[in-house]
Amino acid sequence: MTASTQTLVRRQSPRRRRLVVLAAAVAALAMLAAACGEDEDASAASDCEPGVGDGDLVFYNWVDYMDEDLLTKFTAETGINVQYTTYESNEEMLEKVEEEAAIYDLVVPSDYMLATMRFDDLLLELNYDAIPNAANIGDEFQNPPFDPEHKYHVAFQWGTTGIGMTYDVLEELGGESTWAVIFDPEVAALAPGGISMLDDAPETVSAALKYLGYSIADVFSGEYEDSEGAIREAGDLLRATNARLVKYDSATYGDDLVNGEVDVSHGWSGGFALSIDNADAYDTHVYTIPKEGAVRWVDTMAIPHNANNVCSAHAMINFLTDAQNGAQLTNWTFYGSPNAAATPFVDAEILGDPGIYPPPEVTERLELIPQAGERQVLIQDQHSRAKS
Amino acid sequence: MSEAAVETGLGQRTRRGMAVWAGAVFAFLYVPIIVLVIFSFNASSQVNIWGGFSVSWYGEALRNDAITSAIRVSLIVAAASTAVSVVIGTALALALHRHRFRGRRALDGTVYLPIVIPDITMAVMLLVFFAEAFKLIDSFGPRYTLGITTVTLSHVAFNISFVCVVVRARLDQFDRTLEEAARDLYATAWQTFRRVTLPLIMPGIAAGGLLALTLSLDDLVISAFVSGPGSTTLPVYVFGSIRRGVTPELNAISTLMLAASMTIVLAALAVQRRRASSSQQAQIL
Amino acid sequence: MPRSPEARGGEEAAARAGRRQGMLLAAPAAVYLLIFFVVPLGLITVYSFATRTVTGRTSLSDWNIDAYRSVGDEIVVGIIWRSGWLATLTTALCLVIGYPFAYYIATRPRSLRAILLVLVMIPFWTNGLVRVYAIRFLLGSNGPASTLSESLGFGAFRILFTPTAVTIGMVYTFLTFMVLPLYVALERMDWRLAEAARDLYANGAKAFWKVTLPLTRSGIVAGCVLVFVPSFGSYVVPDILGGAKTLLVGSYIAQQFSDARNRPLGAALSVLLIVAMLIAVALNQRSGSGAENSDDAGSDRPRRRRRGADTDADSSSGSEAETRTEPAPAGL
Repeated sequence: MTASTQTLVRRQSPRRRRLVVLAAAVAALAMLAAACGEDEDASAASDCEPGVGDGDLVFYNWVDYMDEDLLTKFTAETGINVQYTTYESNEEMLEKVEEEAAIYDLVVPSDYMLATMRFDDLLLELNYDAIPNAANIGDEFQNPPFDPEHKYHVAFQWGTTGIGMTYDVLEELGGESTWAVIFDPEVAALAPGGISMLDDAPETVSAALKYLGYSIADVFSGEYEDSEGAIREAGDLLRATNARLVKYDSATYGDDLVNGEVDVSHGWSGGFALSIDNADAYDTHVYTIPKEGAVRWVDTMAIPHNANNVCSAHAMINFLTDAQNGAQLTNWTFYGSPNAAATPFVDAEILGDPGIYPPPEVTERLELIPQAGERQVLIQDQHSRAKS
Repeated sequence: MSEAAVETGLGQRTRRGMAVWAGAVFAFLYVPIIVLVIFSFNASSQVNIWGGFSVSWYGEALRNDAITSAIRVSLIVAAASTAVSVVIGTALALALHRHRFRGRRALDGTVYLPIVIPDITMAVMLLVFFAEAFKLIDSFGPRYTLGITTVTLSHVAFNISFVCVVVRARLDQFDRTLEEAARDLYATAWQTFRRVTLPLIMPGIAAGGLLALTLSLDDLVISAFVSGPGSTTLPVYVFGSIRRGVTPELNAISTLMLAASMTIVLAALAVQRRRASSSQQAQIL
Repeated sequence: MPRSPEARGGEEAAARAGRRQGMLLAAPAAVYLLIFFVVPLGLITVYSFATRTVTGRTSLSDWNIDAYRSVGDEIVVGIIWRSGWLATLTTALCLVIGYPFAYYIATRPRSLRAILLVLVMIPFWTNGLVRVYAIRFLLGSNGPASTLSESLGFGAFRILFTPTAVTIGMVYTFLTFMVLPLYVALERMDWRLAEAARDLYANGAKAFWKVTLPLTRSGIVAGCVLVFVPSFGSYVVPDILGGAKTLLVGSYIAQQFSDARNRPLGAALSVLLIVAMLIAVALNQRSGSGAENSDDAGSDRPRRRRRGADTDADSSSGSEAETRTEPAPAGL
């Protein structure tokens, strides 16, 4: 290292070189600073006009929960582009919104998750003046327990969580569906083709609680005197069940059932209806609600507190709550529509499907998952434990 | 060395057994890929039933906006992160290889860490980092969100190390008398670097660049954690789709990705050829 | 070169200038790694001492070692144990499958050897995710393998989402990581020693155990580390082929940062995983460097220290292997 560096020494003063080092450091910092997106503060929801946006909408929704044609139509009508991404559980979405590393304008939390996010100040109050279509929502969805004053959400879709199975298995069960087909080893033996469960903590714990004869509402809300004990008992049951399961899955449970990967599958009503319809498996497969009772849920549209394009989000909520669009959504997802005005446009076969719109005597056996407060971590851990 | 097989002193039967074994291992390595490629040309929408030859699923895949957007993001990230990491990594390799300076040992140790630690740890580290950095920046006003820039920054973070290691391996084989000879002929430092050093380590830089390109195009775990809405890379998209099950469209994209990988292998082999000939040139010089 | 009178002073100045030039060249990388690697590493360590609130949020106050305590939890220990077992099984299978394979290739005539080596390199470079998908496609209950076995009268088989499927996928993904270092070691071996051993022991098996195997030890160790380290932290294979049921450390950490909502635990496991990997690599470095001199160690690094990825490929392994097939360059 002699001659070459000597030349350099002669050619450059030390100060200049220090400057270059500094410049390199500044350049590296500038790269960090260049990290995308330069957005103004979230504007107040109050100045939103119906159907008028304020930028590209970042829409974070459940997987398999949107007719892409509706998004195209939305863009054509309003000129607002949509960046659409999906998640597979409420908790996954909560983690992302809480983390604030990625910013979303519109999310679709389920009932209990809406309550959690509301308590954690993660949601923006909606401006219903910008959502005139909110009047289309049916009366029974107007003041739900998870948002009694109806300030933070507009209902999106509703459904139930039960068991999809082959008619063969249902016959073996004597024609009546029961959680025992998953949780009781002897009954589960009637389904040799395999069993899957949702990869979703509140859902698996609720299913186990129902099998054990508890009320989900009492246990989760802490009204039951030994809520923690009941949740742990459910967790132990899930752990004992784990070895029997083929997989945990919240996205392909319906297809897995009709494709024969499993014979019994824990999942959501519309997911099964969609897969059974796609594969034309009406004669072989069926979605059932167990005799012990099951979960009913309402998914909602809500705007995170740090949303960048609040007016665009309002525009989308209003768009999806339109009678025709709401029906188109349900005709695609096969879930129940909370949109009373949409009912006339919903396909007759969906309205007549007892798996999607259960009859009153079945509805009696259904309950909403309540906000679990400080028990939510315990519930989460039971599911993680069962899986491992 | 002769063109004959190496004399191992093994018996006839052992040798034949080993040949069969090797054939079986090659079959194990290639059959799944070949079957996938064949079925990507299946006309039927039922993945398990052969319905005749067709390229329609390729068209279908390339008409899917989500896929074309993911391809675009992957290409932008790969090109940008490769370019940046090749420059920074090569400079670092030169510094570590031929200079003594303060902090050299610490840097030397740190540069290998991104290679050694598992992807998933690197992914959660960067996720936590970006989340905290955004919060910090947010308090000064501007708002940032995960996107194509954060994916690129993360890819550079591991690619610097790989480029550095590859270029350094090349520098280790470097004959420094050539540089001295050039200086004896009154070449300036810059001329020496430009005319002698750079051409000699060029194969190393090219190999490092190809490696960076491959790693960036293949990365799934880190990209999955640091990408945001609208910046889904192709592997992240494919991973999400695989979890949703096998589709003919997915077979087509996978075959395209295989083709991309093969192209890079061929390029790497070409670089190796060049590398051999350039060292001969160096000897002539 | 004749020295000028002020040569001494010149040399000192040159040394100083060399230091500056070195720092200048290293500065961008140093700054970059500081911001995007060292700081994140520090942050994750900080997170591992943070508190998880009753609602699952991470609170950066109230420092404690709860997360490290829960690593001792029976569940977590079980996951670590299972990951270790699966990684060991994968490594063992790769070694058993890969050794005769590498042996065969290394003993072919040179031209054939080069072709076979390229055939090994191609899957090595190929996108790992796509390769796992290929296995998923092949093994699915209505995939080609099952259809074939059904038409041959063996009936459909269900192997997907079982530990067997995960093991097959792991071996498939990591086999080339084992073969390449083994190949390099075997190719460099002095076969006259094996011949001499045969004369000495008069028994092929004994000669192999006493001479060939010990001589290729460095390749075996390197291959084992290359397979074990990434398969221990593997995330993609168990997820796609195991149905999210065979939880391993990699997936478990990812879950903590997603729906399981326990960042301190995920962070603590990450820290422990990093430390464990560093120890493994340091041990390998020590046991491997005995055979080679220190100059060589530099060029060996890219081959040994491969990145713990399921996906991707490394040119340097290839170039090392290729280099070694040529007569060794003078500097080596």
